[in-house]
Amino acid sequence: MSAQRLFHAPGEPAELLLRGVHALDPRSDLDGPHDVLVRDGRVAEIGAPGSLPAPDGADVVDGEGLHLFPAFFDPHVHLRTPGQEHKETLATGTAAAAAGGYCGIVAMPNTSPTLDDAPGLQALCAQAERDAKVPVGFMPAITRGLAGADLTEMAELRDAGALGFTDDGRPLVSAGMLRRALQYQRLCGGVIALHEEDPTLSGQGVMHEGAVSARLGLTGIPSISESTMVARDSAIAAYESGRVHFQHLSCVESVAALAAWKAAGAQVSGEASPHHLTLTDEAVRSLDSRFKMNPPLRTEADRQALIAGLRDGTIECVATDHAPHARHEKEVPFEEAPMGVTGLETAFPVIYTDLVVPGVLPLALVVERMTAGAALLDLAPPRIAVGEPANLALLDLAADWEVGARGYASKSENSCFEGRTLRGVVRLTIAAGTVVHRAPVEVAA
Amino acid sequence: MNHLLSIDDLDRAGIERILDRAASFAEVAGREIKKVPALRGRTVVNLFYEASTRTSSSFELAAKRLSADVVSVRAATSSVTKGESLKDTIQTLTAYDPAAIVIRSPHAGAAQLVARWTDAAVVNAGDGKHEHPTQALLDVYTLRRRLGALDGKRIWIVGDVLHSRVARSNILAFARMGAEVTVSGPPTLIPRGIEALGCQVAATLDRLPEADVVYVLRMQNERMHEAYVPSLREYAARYQVNAARLQPHQLLMHPGPVNRGVELSADAIDSPQALIAQQVEAGVVVRMAVLYELLAGGPAGAAEAAAVEAPEAVATA
Repeated sequence: MSAQRLFHAPGEPAELLLRGVHALDPRSDLDGPHDVLVRDGRVAEIGAPGSLPAPDGADVVDGEGLHLFPAFFDPHVHLRTPGQEHKETLATGTAAAAAGGYCGIVAMPNTSPTLDDAPGLQALCAQAERDAKVPVGFMPAITRGLAGADLTEMAELRDAGALGFTDDGRPLVSAGMLRRALQYQRLCGGVIALHEEDPTLSGQGVMHEGAVSARLGLTGIPSISESTMVARDSAIAAYESGRVHFQHLSCVESVAALAAWKAAGAQVSGEASPHHLTLTDEAVRSLDSRFKMNPPLRTEADRQALIAGLRDGTIECVATDHAPHARHEKEVPFEEAPMGVTGLETAFPVIYTDLVVPGVLPLALVVERMTAGAALLDLAPPRIAVGEPANLALLDLAADWEVGARGYASKSENSCFEGRTLRGVVRLTIAAGTVVHRAPVEVAA
Repeated sequence: MNHLLSIDDLDRAGIERILDRAASFAEVAGREIKKVPALRGRTVVNLFYEASTRTSSSFELAAKRLSADVVSVRAATSSVTKGESLKDTIQTLTAYDPAAIVIRSPHAGAAQLVARWTDAAVVNAGDGKHEHPTQALLDVYTLRRRLGALDGKRIWIVGDVLHSRVARSNILAFARMGAEVTVSGPPTLIPRGIEALGCQVAATLDRLPEADVVYVLRMQNERMHEAYVPSLREYAARYQVNAARLQPHQLLMHPGPVNRGVELSADAIDSPQALIAQQVEAGVVVRMAVLYELLAGGPAGAAEAAAVEAPEAVATA
């Protein structure tokens, strides 16, 4: 099966010499100063700093003091198209991805209508080929209308370009339905990505259940509503020899369940979001709806477990769960506000600022985890290597910026990091061989 | 203090200052002319998104006794039913240049949002299950009048703590005033982590006799349908405060309205130990003191304060 899985508007192939950058790519065993030449949208040459001559017509970027990474890959974003274009469009969502240093993102199917049939997917892919700055993959629904009752035509959807399947936004409550989907996976392939939540435990909850929810009088979402489903679905995946990916893990119990089932040989993987890695439910004391998302921010012990899981590889990758909402939708009391925060433009800088700078996680590990989502979806991971398509992010790790001070590339502004000063500015993003983002240059002071 | 959104906005001295002023207003309330001119010419908006009898009427009366102009907006009769957002409603009301907005909302944090959108002083008259700070103040006021100080007093809060904003504000306020607070009720109705507010948790009423004050919460019928308790009968059997469970030395309180025969028995309600009527009475003077603190407190309010001492001046003004 060789259907196209990523879709974007064609762009001009980059002709670029990145001079004297610190190139860091764990997959290519690259960590030091280099010249990197991009010709016709591909990495053409990697040489000692100052060694490569600039070809005629190539743009020369002084990379002194800047870091070059393989551009990031996000297996979990919401682009709100079709149906909720007032929150985000393919154009604005991929512009946000470009601004965040991404070369690939994967859109969830909880649109209106739900992405659950081949004609809908084909239309969306065609739209992405017109509007998407950065390659986008699509994950249609596992069940029609995300209703949990009937499987979508998974094989036809795969032929039409589906990367995998998910009912994200909603849990797949029925264990039997997951089993059917995993049986069908043997026919059509494609990972099954799961938003884990037992609704009989999460109920009408709006934040993590604990001391903060008790104080605020907000209905809690207990950690066990997620972890019991991780354990259940791992067991089902193991039984069917199927492959499942757990989305936005949030609690210590889930990380433990994932680690145990991996050790038992189940084909299970997990992701964690920048906000779950850096914030806790203490932030909700403000009752600011920008801190409302599902799964909710949990405790410091949960945050530490996620960091440890990311470090030891129990959690393979970082995913933003970029979930844009219009200002008027979020400017309501906490309980009334929709779940979700944006994340594409802040993902790397917030992890860099809060976890790399203080020495919690090594930079190379973070770069690996921010690009590893591609492989989980059977895509080639972005690499800095001769002959590879140029998927590159050039960052200034010495520069600070204030989140939101210059607005956002995303159509929405519901960032939970609004107003924070973060370290790490994305100067340049090349995705699928095209320059898709270039920061206003007052480069490298 | 610009707003009263939470008991956390007040330290012990702040609570005492408000309650002392409430006591001085209580003297005025005993006089023939119950008005003071403190807020003359200023507007207080009462915005209620939930049914309320005692809170809305006592806020209205409090503002009127301070000579403010009062506009009461009920969610049911305003453009709220036409789908206007809270923010738009506040912007509309702000056009009337209110000095204070009193808001009751079914949602936690609503008063906090309103404070962000208006220059008026905002008073939280109950937001979701979060807080009801003026209820806590009037309860402390009522107890102070009866007991002097709350230091070392053991106060039990009994019933549906999970859904109660009164419980949250009162745990905080009672603890801040030096009392030892215990909450008790069906484990399904005690929120996980409530101890962090500064109280103990008891699953049964076995140790209730040690309490100096028994504060009973309203048990709402709908909780039974949500399967928090198997039946009101079972609830009453285990947690109803009645004459048999109440000790002679104990004081009994309830924020109202009471479900007779559910959380309280008739004999308990009508016992001389019950302070329920005093709580309602305290509502007006405490809310006067809160509005006064926010709108006329501080140096600028000193002149009006004098008028409180000499209300005769009002009659001739």
